[in-house]
Amino acid sequence: MIKFLIKRIWQLVIVLFAVSLLVFIMTSLVGDPLSLLVKENASASQIAEATEYLGLDQPAYHQYFLFVKNALNGDFGVSYRYQQSAIHLIIERMPATLELVVIAMALSIVFGIVFGVYAGAYPNSFLSKTIMNLSIAGISVPSFWLGMLMIYIFGIKFGLLPVSGRGEVGTILGIKTSLATIDGIKHVILPALTLSMGSVASIIRLTRAGIQENMVQDYVKLARAKGVKNRKILFGHVLKNTLIPIITIFGLQLGSLIAYTTITETIFAWPGMGKLIIDSINSSDTPIISAYILLVAVIFVVINFVVDLLYCVIDPRIELK
Amino acid sequence: MEKLLEVKNLKTYFHTFKGVVKAVDGVDFYVNKGEILGIVGESGGGKSITGFSLIKLIESPGKIETGEILFEGNDLVKYSEREMSKIRGKDIVMIFQDPMTSLNPVYTIKQQIEESLILHTNLNKKERHERCVELLKDVGIPNPENRLTNYPHQFSGGMRQRVVIAIALAVNPKLIIADEPTTALDVTIQAQILKLMTELVKKQGCSMILITHDLAVVSEIADRINVMYCGKIVESSKVSTIMNHCKHPYTRGLLNSIPDIKDNKDRLETIDGIVPNMFKLPKGCNFYPRCNKRMEECENKEPEYREYKEGHYISCHYPIEGER
Ligand SMILES: Nc1ncnc2c1ncn2[C@@H]1O[C@H](COP(=O)(O)OP(=O)(O)OP(=O)(O)O)[C@@H](O)[C@H]1O
Ligand SMILES: [Mg+2]
Repeated sequence: MIKFLIKRIWQLVIVLFAVSLLVFIMTSLVGDPLSLLVKENASASQIAEATEYLGLDQPAYHQYFLFVKNALNGDFGVSYRYQQSAIHLIIERMPATLELVVIAMALSIVFGIVFGVYAGAYPNSFLSKTIMNLSIAGISVPSFWLGMLMIYIFGIKFGLLPVSGRGEVGTILGIKTSLATIDGIKHVILPALTLSMGSVASIIRLTRAGIQENMVQDYVKLARAKGVKNRKILFGHVLKNTLIPIITIFGLQLGSLIAYTTITETIFAWPGMGKLIIDSINSSDTPIISAYILLVAVIFVVINFVVDLLYCVIDPRIELK
Repeated sequence: MEKLLEVKNLKTYFHTFKGVVKAVDGVDFYVNKGEILGIVGESGGGKSITGFSLIKLIESPGKIETGEILFEGNDLVKYSEREMSKIRGKDIVMIFQDPMTSLNPVYTIKQQIEESLILHTNLNKKERHERCVELLKDVGIPNPENRLTNYPHQFSGGMRQRVVIAIALAVNPKLIIADEPTTALDVTIQAQILKLMTELVKKQGCSMILITHDLAVVSEIADRINVMYCGKIVESSKVSTIMNHCKHPYTRGLLNSIPDIKDNKDRLETIDGIVPNMFKLPKGCNFYPRCNKRMEECENKEPEYREYKEGHYISCHYPIEGER
């Protein structure tokens, strides 16, 4: 176990090193921060001062070490646009994004597994066929289009749900969240649905395939020969075996959900870090971009770590190595 | 003797794209209480499907077409799935052909044995644990206490097969259907397991149907034998009758192909030809194309399954005369 942890932490370090190098190269190649920071009519001495302040007069490797050193201290510099600490800006917006991601993930698990198990267990029923057709649509429809469709139908046409912003935010257990108020919940429904659609669809398809594959295994026959009822076989024996590949996909989906928040948040004007990063990219606000990318890299490594742990819990054949 | 199970005109067909496979095509047989019935025959003869039909574990495209399965006088064919699940694992248990994959890889050995106990007995937790230990000990697994928390992948093939047998014996069934319980094991363990099973059968006083393609094995432990060919029983009688006075050319062929060390035959005899295509069975006797005693009548007229002598059933127009 300890060996496994050390290996994982070592991996994290390597990943972060690679990502930080990439981020550094990209941000120093793309855009000239000076032009953003100083006024158009700045004097030569003002420009020199800013150059020195940003360390732009130093050699590249020196700049990189400085970048890493500051990053380790949580300092990614000050956002050019907001004149605030970049990491602070991101962390401030993180709860809104995580809220969306967590809800979308929960929707994917619940609907994905329930519908998937049903479609796998009764492949010939009308409902199963409908589910499978919808899941193809869910995978192929781009989320920005789906988002706009949702806005049109639920927001504009029927006026059922709000389509912009986070609504009223309350606190549950010290965490600020939209889920604390009715208004907030109303606001979160459409963006969360839009965000989750793709992964609900993938999880449905994967669950169904897994269930069908496992239903014909000998151990299912033995369970039936033991007199175990069909429903218990499905949700016990078979589902537990099916979960193994689902967990892998689950990890990948979580990553892509975080990535897709950029689109969803932009469409629904959701004040999360996805919208922040899009805005920052548009204005070449490099401190925020680099902070965001590194943060997401950390999140990915952590997710993978958790997925590996879950594997061991579910599949006794796998041991931590 | 009292009959525990009586099967009448049982037909199980598979409706595949290519056509209908008559896997079990009108078999009649019975099993007495406390008796071991062997079912033998070449691969594809319908032995396993007969076994699965008895507990109605036939999956689509398969279907039990007609027939009666009288178990203690009640017709299982008429039973609903719910009623069957009360009989399966309690009164009738089945040990499958492939032990390697019969256990669920993500449950412990204990969970899998206990499942039957929970379903079919009123034992409490402690009693169940004791029963699990006892069962593993019965089937000869060393150190049962510690082994219970293992997963199947931590067991060898032979041990897994023992676990499957332990599961079958967990609730003192009335009938055990053992489908090639030892084919996957090496020869020394084969004998050991068969001995163990017969001992347990005798001890618990239950009946057993032993399915195998190995006549030599079955002749040692069974009381009676059914010989199956292409979904039909071609001959059925007491072991001694089958071994010494068999009347069907197919049975004779099977017997002649048993390697006999004492006899020191130069060459093993085989049955010529191969099992016919299940989609295109011969019009008359299924064995006609391979039979060395065939007559004209056999080509077009299906032989009737009849009682040749008391307790000796056969379906052949021209039974072999004399001794083997
Ligand atoms: N799911 C299925 N679909 C179509 N045909 C099947 C199916 N299962 C079995 N059969 C056919 O039923 C016939 C009997 O099969 P069965 O498994 O009972 O043979 P067996 O006597 O047990 O052979 P073996 O000694 O190889 O185990 C075979 O011809 C087989 O092809
Ligand atoms: Mg078989």
